[in-house]
Amino acid sequence: MSSTTASLIKAPAEIAATVARVLDERAQLDGALLPILHGVQDELGYIPASSVGTIAQALNLSRAEVHGVITYYHHFRGEPAGKCVVQVCRAESCRAMGGEELLAHARQKLGCHGEHGMSDDGAFSVEPVYCLGLCASSPALMVGEKLHARMSPAKLDKVLEAQA
Amino acid sequence: MSTVKVYVPRDSAALAVGADEVADSILAQCTACGLDVQVIRNSSRGLFWLEPMVEVETAQGRIGYGPVSVEDVPKLIEAGFTTGGAHALCLGPVEELAYLKKQQRLTFARAGITDPLSLPDYEVHGGWAGLRAALAMQPDEIWQAILDSGLRGRGGAAFPAGIKWRTVAQAQAKQKYVVCNADEGDSGTFADRMVIEGDPYMLIEGMTIAAIASGATKGFVYIRSEYPLAVQVLKEAIVHARVAGFLGQNVLGSGRAFELEARMAAGSYVCGEETAMLESLEGKRGVVRAKPPVPALVGLFGQPTVINNVLTYAAAPTILAKGAAFYKNYGVGRSTGTLPFQLAGNIKNGGLVELAFGVTLRELVFEYGGGTATGRAVKAVQVGGPLGTYLPESQWDIPLDYEAYAKVGAVVGHGGLVVHDETADLAGLARYAMEFCAFESCGKCTPCRIGSTRGVEVIDKIIANHQRAQQVILLRDLCDTMMGGSLCAMGGMTPYPVLSALNHFPQDFGISSDDRAAA
Repeated sequence: MSSTTASLIKAPAEIAATVARVLDERAQLDGALLPILHGVQDELGYIPASSVGTIAQALNLSRAEVHGVITYYHHFRGEPAGKCVVQVCRAESCRAMGGEELLAHARQKLGCHGEHGMSDDGAFSVEPVYCLGLCASSPALMVGEKLHARMSPAKLDKVLEAQA
Repeated sequence: MSTVKVYVPRDSAALAVGADEVADSILAQCTACGLDVQVIRNSSRGLFWLEPMVEVETAQGRIGYGPVSVEDVPKLIEAGFTTGGAHALCLGPVEELAYLKKQQRLTFARAGITDPLSLPDYEVHGGWAGLRAALAMQPDEIWQAILDSGLRGRGGAAFPAGIKWRTVAQAQAKQKYVVCNADEGDSGTFADRMVIEGDPYMLIEGMTIAAIASGATKGFVYIRSEYPLAVQVLKEAIVHARVAGFLGQNVLGSGRAFELEARMAAGSYVCGEETAMLESLEGKRGVVRAKPPVPALVGLFGQPTVINNVLTYAAAPTILAKGAAFYKNYGVGRSTGTLPFQLAGNIKNGGLVELAFGVTLRELVFEYGGGTATGRAVKAVQVGGPLGTYLPESQWDIPLDYEAYAKVGAVVGHGGLVVHDETADLAGLARYAMEFCAFESCGKCTPCRIGSTRGVEVIDKIIANHQRAQQVILLRDLCDTMMGGSLCAMGGMTPYPVLSALNHFPQDFGISSDDRAAA
């Protein structure tokens, strides 16, 4: 792991404080686990393994149950992603408009390989996503929190240049 | 000179092609030119090839311009767009656009017209009339109206909504729930997203009507995590509706309580299956439950629960406000009312087309959609999401209604159409259907969990011509097992796209017509 990717890992004190705050806000909700996991991931970028025990205890669940939920859902991540996450749609509508080529281009361009590939410097992660609901304007992708539709490899390059 | 109202949509699909930047640029440049404009962020009309579609209010009605980019703004100002001036991007009066004018918009009547979060806008355009009518009725009269309207579940399963509402109403329990399934995971669909982002009070109104009819006091909307804007808009709308007395402990002073909460899903396709969704709402892995018991009796936290799709609830206010007969007048046979069809994939004029059931694929894809975006011939249209059938040209004239589609082994589903041009490889798409099932299977039942992985392998062998004839037999056998032996539609319907691709496009699998005759 390079120094950049190591820097994506949060410090234990920050993790503990964030988890405590989220639990305080959300543990009383009906079916609280997903809202809690969203809260932790939204703030930290991932759900650190060290938070699993605390969350389990607060909800009177086993660690296995919490771990099972985190790993079941594609949205939740147990490890940090790159600083900028590029999600490219792989579903049918985008496939019909060159979505697969776009995904391959993004991976190649940013040096992100594999299903949840991060670039070596931790600057980018390129991930597949299964439908962003922009199917009348395919192909679509998301860079960070910004949606982009009617994309092409050339347009993606422009978006990424602006990002850098 | 009075302030000119300029509308720039805030729908995700408009934002994804630069609507925010266009809105900012219009405001800044008009102000710099001394033009007095008010930029209103409306919902989208659903004519997505024209987004960002800017509308200007004039004496002649709203004049549209689109698709507008930031670079177009100076020229638009020069052309006097704030008074409806002529420009290459000018579309004329928006209401007169053929794509819109020919539609029968009941659910999407306000789409593109209103500011999504404005309560006055909603009310002026017919909002809350259904809820007010419902509050003057007995609960059994409400579900009877839904039953009489013939409204069927718009999520895909097409189960009569009135029967669900009645079952929950007649169940005895201290706590009942109303849950909205907004886990719109089907590729080619975006109608739920448009409702929540663009007309959230309509969903709130529909769910409140369902709560009053069934005796539920608490509701949840389960929205996919891929729709962050929808979650944000709905949360805001719930706060506004609550403050204004449309939600809360005493809905419009009726003495009835209904509290509503928006919940974010976490990227699991199978959570669009109603029992997996309940598990997820309860904070568990989204694993499918065996039925019976049905959720109407044993649902969320074990209590009687009404579960419907966004579009089903969204139809309720119209039915209550205008009567069951009004709604039932639309459609054919047992498919009553309208369906917001979603034109997607390789299509020139992609967007939302709400029409009564009975329209054909050919009309939708060519008359509305204008054919493919690439200009090539259409090869196949997948209707009803990733678990839907690929329809070849010979089936494009079948009326889109639940029964007519079922007759040919197809599904209308949630109304999504994904168009593929002649370059599409249907064997590759069939393989993807199995791959997607393997990726998304909850793992509870064997045919889905293991069958999908074996399916990918078998299709790979067919494509590679490794014992092709035998592998085709094996694939059909596997599909039969998945269809008959899976717990839910994930494994049970993945064979639909696979078999339709194999049956209608055998050449894509390397099967010649001679092979077929031999088989």
